[in-house]
Amino acid sequence: MKIHEYQAKQLLKAAGVPVPPGFVARSGAEAAEAFTKLGGPIAVVKSQIHAGGRGKGRFKEHPDLGGVKLVRSAEEASQIATQMLGSTLVTIQTGPAGKQVSAVYVEGGLEIARELYLGVVVDRDVAGPVLMISSEGGMDIEEVAAHSPEKILKEKIDVLAGLHGFQARKLAFALGLEGNQIKSAESFLQKMVRFFIDSDCSMAEINPLVLTKSGEMFALDAKVTFDSNALYRHKNYEPLRDLSEEDASEVRATTAGLSFVKLDGNIGCLVNGAGLAMSTMDVIKLHGGEPANFLDVGGGANVDQVTEAFRIILGDPNVKAILVNIFGGIMQCTTIAEALLIAYEKVGITVPLVVRLEGSQVEAGRKMLDESGRRIISATDLADAATKVVASLGA
Amino acid sequence: MSILVNKHTKVICQGITGKSGLFHSQKCREYGTQMVGGCTPGKGGTTVDGFPVFNTVEEAVRKTGANATMIFVPPPGCGDAILEAADAGIELIIAITEGTPVLDMAKVKRSLEGKPSRLIGPNCPGVITPGECKIGIMPGYIHLPGKTGLVSRSGTLTYEAVWQLSALGIGQSTCVGIGGDPVNGTNFIDVLTMFQNDPNTDSILLMGEIGGNAEEKAAAFIKEHVTKPVAAFIAGRTAPPGRRMGHAGAIISGGGGTAEGKIEALRSAGVEIAESPADMGKALQRALKNRK
Repeated sequence: MKIHEYQAKQLLKAAGVPVPPGFVARSGAEAAEAFTKLGGPIAVVKSQIHAGGRGKGRFKEHPDLGGVKLVRSAEEASQIATQMLGSTLVTIQTGPAGKQVSAVYVEGGLEIARELYLGVVVDRDVAGPVLMISSEGGMDIEEVAAHSPEKILKEKIDVLAGLHGFQARKLAFALGLEGNQIKSAESFLQKMVRFFIDSDCSMAEINPLVLTKSGEMFALDAKVTFDSNALYRHKNYEPLRDLSEEDASEVRATTAGLSFVKLDGNIGCLVNGAGLAMSTMDVIKLHGGEPANFLDVGGGANVDQVTEAFRIILGDPNVKAILVNIFGGIMQCTTIAEALLIAYEKVGITVPLVVRLEGSQVEAGRKMLDESGRRIISATDLADAATKVVASLGA
Repeated sequence: MSILVNKHTKVICQGITGKSGLFHSQKCREYGTQMVGGCTPGKGGTTVDGFPVFNTVEEAVRKTGANATMIFVPPPGCGDAILEAADAGIELIIAITEGTPVLDMAKVKRSLEGKPSRLIGPNCPGVITPGECKIGIMPGYIHLPGKTGLVSRSGTLTYEAVWQLSALGIGQSTCVGIGGDPVNGTNFIDVLTMFQNDPNTDSILLMGEIGGNAEEKAAAFIKEHVTKPVAAFIAGRTAPPGRRMGHAGAIISGGGGTAEGKIEALRSAGVEIAESPADMGKALQRALKNRK
């Protein structure tokens, strides 16, 4: 689960990680008030969307305005915020459609001496969190990793102990920090890692991480993603979720306990199991078709879930045919056949439907579909199913 | 011979009084697995459908001689259940549970360091040695005893592969689902090593998917250490970058973890590639034919 910069900074601040003072604003007047409270002489107005690249992004409605803007008066803060709010920001990460801005963050300026990069991720290779630091602050870290990987310093974190002091100091010295910068960095890094572990983050990125002229370390930006499997023990994150940032059909699927990802093709897929669902997309593509979605109904899907799955797939106007691929393991084919027929009746399927059933009770399941009188094209194996569903588009 | 489990394996189920735990314990018993009981804290001393229930794994091991466990405990308690099994000296811990927080697994891995227990999963279908022992949620009847070892990050995709193999008359020595989570107990290389050393396994079918670099590492290992024929399929060629495809671990990030990269690595290690998921059984057949 992703959250906004201003939300991440509130959580970081509560965890003792230094962030510049700032206020969220949802109107020009609130932005002006925030500027006054911060006391000037400068402040930064930052668009709050989940995508990165805001500084270099541009508004559709205001082509000269970037997503992050320095202001020098309360009037200017109000004027800029008014332009940003309700407008659509297009960045390298939003795609051409862009994202509508519904809040801005007004933040006090700092006297910056150096800009660095900090990231914490869960690394599969070491089976735990890894802290990454780079002298290349403000840069896209993937670009740094591609061109000058030696500039990224990594420290493996013992998840039971957190970041040790010596590990933080090692990084600080490697970055060439000196004097009071060392102590400031040690404290910052340890608190940051503690926050990561205690909050069940799956990713946290501070870019840029800044050192002020007086030697203190601050999080100038903050991008935080939580592990959705751990949300049950962080009920306080629930109100932080911004549903307007998510695809509506994906939100619907999550609510129904389905795993769904929207794609750009025209063949809807309904499959049990994530690996088989991905493979079904692949086999469609191999046969010259384009999948419209990834959809895993899971191991124990019931009639309601399958019905909802059909509704979600058919809610996409691009969908011109549907492929159902079920390998009944524990779930019996008769169960899925029953669910299919009820869904057919309730939802009213108007596009060609190809069904491949295999596994336990397969004969009985196929018989139910055949005898239903519904226009269902049955397939015997994966290749047959893909061939038939692609052919149905031309029919 | 086979790997990990055989007809002598004695299995308990942690979470046996839950709906899934009981259902799959019954299915495993029907298959012929020596299911010797289960654990649910607070329900010790009772029985459920003939299975004795114990409060702790330690007690279950002491009274039944169990050396393997199948975990169905819900995600918040899954890490704790794994640690309890390891503490009781269980040799093989198979965690079926899906949705365990990733940092819980990181802590579990850290705590298991230096302990003799082997963890498979979590978020996996389990392990089966056809005709001898099934621990997990896979449909038993699709399997055929034989000499091909299977290892996979996915459940139903493995059933698909087993079904294709059995239809071609190619039996399986052991099928291992290592799970779809980013942090898991056993990786491809662990299982490849076991298959390479198992005299009853003569070929290997590996099923990977997008995300991480486990398949690339497996490819490097195969090139150096595996002399048996290997075939592979990688799911997710059509998956868009940056999106999690069902499994927590199935995500292309930072340009890494693509299907193409994995396929290329495996191909250059001499692995026979199934281009289509409909072609997994035949790819293994080709690998067997090409054997020197």
